[in-house]
Amino acid sequence: MMKTGAEILCECLLKEGVEVVFGFPGGVLLPLYDTLPKYPELRHILVRHEQGAAHAADGYARVTGKVGVCIATSGPGATNLVTGIANAYLDSVPVLAITGQVPTFFIGKDAFQEVDITGITIPITKYNHLVLDAGDLATYVREAIHIAQTGRPGPVLLDIPRDVLQAKTEFIFPEKIDLPGYKPKLFGHPSQIKKATDLINTVERPVIIAGHGVNISRAFPELKELAEKSQIPVVTTFLGIGCFPESHVLSYGWLGMHGMGYANKAIHHSDLVIAIGMRFDDRATGVVSAFAPQAQIIHIDIDAAEIGKNLNADIPIVGDIKNVLQVMNKQITKREHVAWLSQLNEWRTMHPATEIREHEGVLPQYIIRQIYEATKGDTIIVTDVGQQQMWAAQYFFYDKPNSFISSGGLGTMGFGLPASIGVKVGAPHETVWCVCGDGGFQMTVQELATMVQENLDINIAVMNNGWLGMVRQWQELIYNKRYFGTQLYNPDFVKIAEAYGIKGVKVSKKIDVRPAIEKAMEHKGPFLIEFVVEPEENVYPFVPPGKTLVEFLEMPSPTGSLKK
Amino acid sequence: MTRKHILVALVQDKPGVLNRIASTLRRRNFNIESIAVGHIEIPNLSRMTIVVEGDDAKVEQVRKQLDRVVEVIRISDITYENPVEREMAMIKVKASAATRSEIIQIADIFRTNIVDVSPDSLIIVATGNQEKVDTLIELLRGFGIRELSRTGTIALPRGGAGPLTIEENKPLRHVVEHVLSEEEENLPNW
Ligand SMILES: Cc1ncc(C[n+]2csc(CCOP(=O)(O)OP(=O)(O)O)c2C)c(N)n1
Ligand SMILES: [Mg+2]
Repeated sequence: MMKTGAEILCECLLKEGVEVVFGFPGGVLLPLYDTLPKYPELRHILVRHEQGAAHAADGYARVTGKVGVCIATSGPGATNLVTGIANAYLDSVPVLAITGQVPTFFIGKDAFQEVDITGITIPITKYNHLVLDAGDLATYVREAIHIAQTGRPGPVLLDIPRDVLQAKTEFIFPEKIDLPGYKPKLFGHPSQIKKATDLINTVERPVIIAGHGVNISRAFPELKELAEKSQIPVVTTFLGIGCFPESHVLSYGWLGMHGMGYANKAIHHSDLVIAIGMRFDDRATGVVSAFAPQAQIIHIDIDAAEIGKNLNADIPIVGDIKNVLQVMNKQITKREHVAWLSQLNEWRTMHPATEIREHEGVLPQYIIRQIYEATKGDTIIVTDVGQQQMWAAQYFFYDKPNSFISSGGLGTMGFGLPASIGVKVGAPHETVWCVCGDGGFQMTVQELATMVQENLDINIAVMNNGWLGMVRQWQELIYNKRYFGTQLYNPDFVKIAEAYGIKGVKVSKKIDVRPAIEKAMEHKGPFLIEFVVEPEENVYPFVPPGKTLVEFLEMPSPTGSLKK
Repeated sequence: MTRKHILVALVQDKPGVLNRIASTLRRRNFNIESIAVGHIEIPNLSRMTIVVEGDDAKVEQVRKQLDRVVEVIRISDITYENPVEREMAMIKVKASAATRSEIIQIADIFRTNIVDVSPDSLIIVATGNQEKVDTLIELLRGFGIRELSRTGTIALPRGGAGPLTIEENKPLRHVVEHVLSEEEENLPNW
């Protein structure tokens, strides 16, 4: 059947199971926006800035495991996506970005709103393509979505000129995908797996580091089986939070710069690190040359290029985690590790990381804990970036996979609000809490309008500390309190919410924290709480840059000295 | 140990492939000594020969990153496979009546061809491995080089099937099925 490029695009998206696109129109996209109404099954959510579309698609993809789709027009629309695409790239999130492009006969002539977005996004996409012929469109959409979702997921981009959207051509949905150069390695090498399990079966102080890859591979039961059968403590990475229940006796928090002291100590003193779906990011390892100095390393990842990139592995296994762990679990013997686990428990008592000190003012940690208690842990927490992000990770206990959504690799301020839109759209029956700083909230604040327009029931907690807190903390601790460029003049956040038609309350007293949280949850539709929090609170533990994981600073004791 | 590495890749002929490969190498701070690209015996496929400086581990890591590029079908580091390496250079040398015969002598010793003769210059076409071409250029420098163009190295491993050999009737790579080829199954430690 003859169809236009725009129709083909919509048909293909539907065939691929896409239900929602986050977009923002523009000149070259008009043929598409003229076509979208013919496909009401394809829900279009109008954002207020293309960065928001990319982050919303990202949040959607993280909770659903499906590809998140964002659409932007050529030129500025496309460049506005760039931050969001980079964010998805660094966190391996399957996002399909569709950009309009100037008509083919204008390409290369610096036409109005022309940018080479495929060129710009080469280093931050898994795959991208400028589609020059409507006849190829179906194939490219199919390939792009396949590539985004399989192997190590990642963002892909298709740049589609206006005339390609308009051109009429025979629509044939390609049944087969022919990508001879693309073949994710799904099964680990049996002899490598054997070597790994032989080692696991003999060591005395093993520790599992479970990363985002466990979430992506949905290898939750397999991870649990491995840990339980062999009694191996599990530490997660920051993005791995939730892939192993934090209430489990074998859960020892998460590692890294603001990770739990006992988690970092466990790794430092272990004799075997079993790294599963993680990439030894510098925020996770501290000084990498001194990472786990006594340990051998088993590194399991689907991406061969991660092996040996940041850290040499003694036994690398390239494959999909679920498949690899299934094989491993058959070869694992029952172990106890009594001494090792009791050592870890001792460290846990020595370095409590999730206790909240008695304090009159409103502590951000206290707010997070109150959200935890009010929701009984049954919510999805979406964070922005900064101190509030770390507290949200530390003071909430995550038992459910994908219940903690955060920008890890890129650390993108402004991620939280739009990502929470995607999360709510992808998981409409879940309660969603968006935790933002007063700085990051203002980077994508306009998406409040999107929430209202779509009537999304999202609870927003803005931690107003009057600072770009995380940077202020570094200035305090590393630059001798030379504060510069970090103090915020803030608007009245509740009034801002109200201006958008969102109900909101301001909380400045501890006793008002819990009632406000409950009020937000009772309310249907978006609700904003501005928490006026302790302004100069710091995130601890803190492994200062250039230090090893065990050189973490802890919350100063009341006498003022830093505990080590 | 830092040394010259020769990577050979089989890639699909699609726009942007060279761009992605160059971008990956640039990001990892590799200096590309040369890239040579040309079609092969199978339609829509090209072979690239990339010469970079680097230590073994770093090159292996970037090789794996290059292998992630969707259009790259296979990529292999053949540095240690004793490959046959050749490059071609066209050298336009100043030649006066006084120096001409000496230049021709040098050209002969290096088994090169002289393809153009004009009153004040010669064009010499030389093939050989990089060292040979370098040496020749050094020798000719004294006479005055007017223009120089080099192709960059191309290389093939010696003997039977090499890492990029495509056997007849065998898929380039299994795709949708996501199964390992026997050869990959038997890959040693990564
Ligand atoms: C887009 C972007 N710009 C700058 C930074 C650097 N940065 C990291 S945390 C931070 C402060 C965040 O302040 P705020 O949003 O108020 O959160 P807080 O740390 O106070 O909780 C900054 C500026 C960043 N991560 N992202
Ligand atoms: Mg702040």
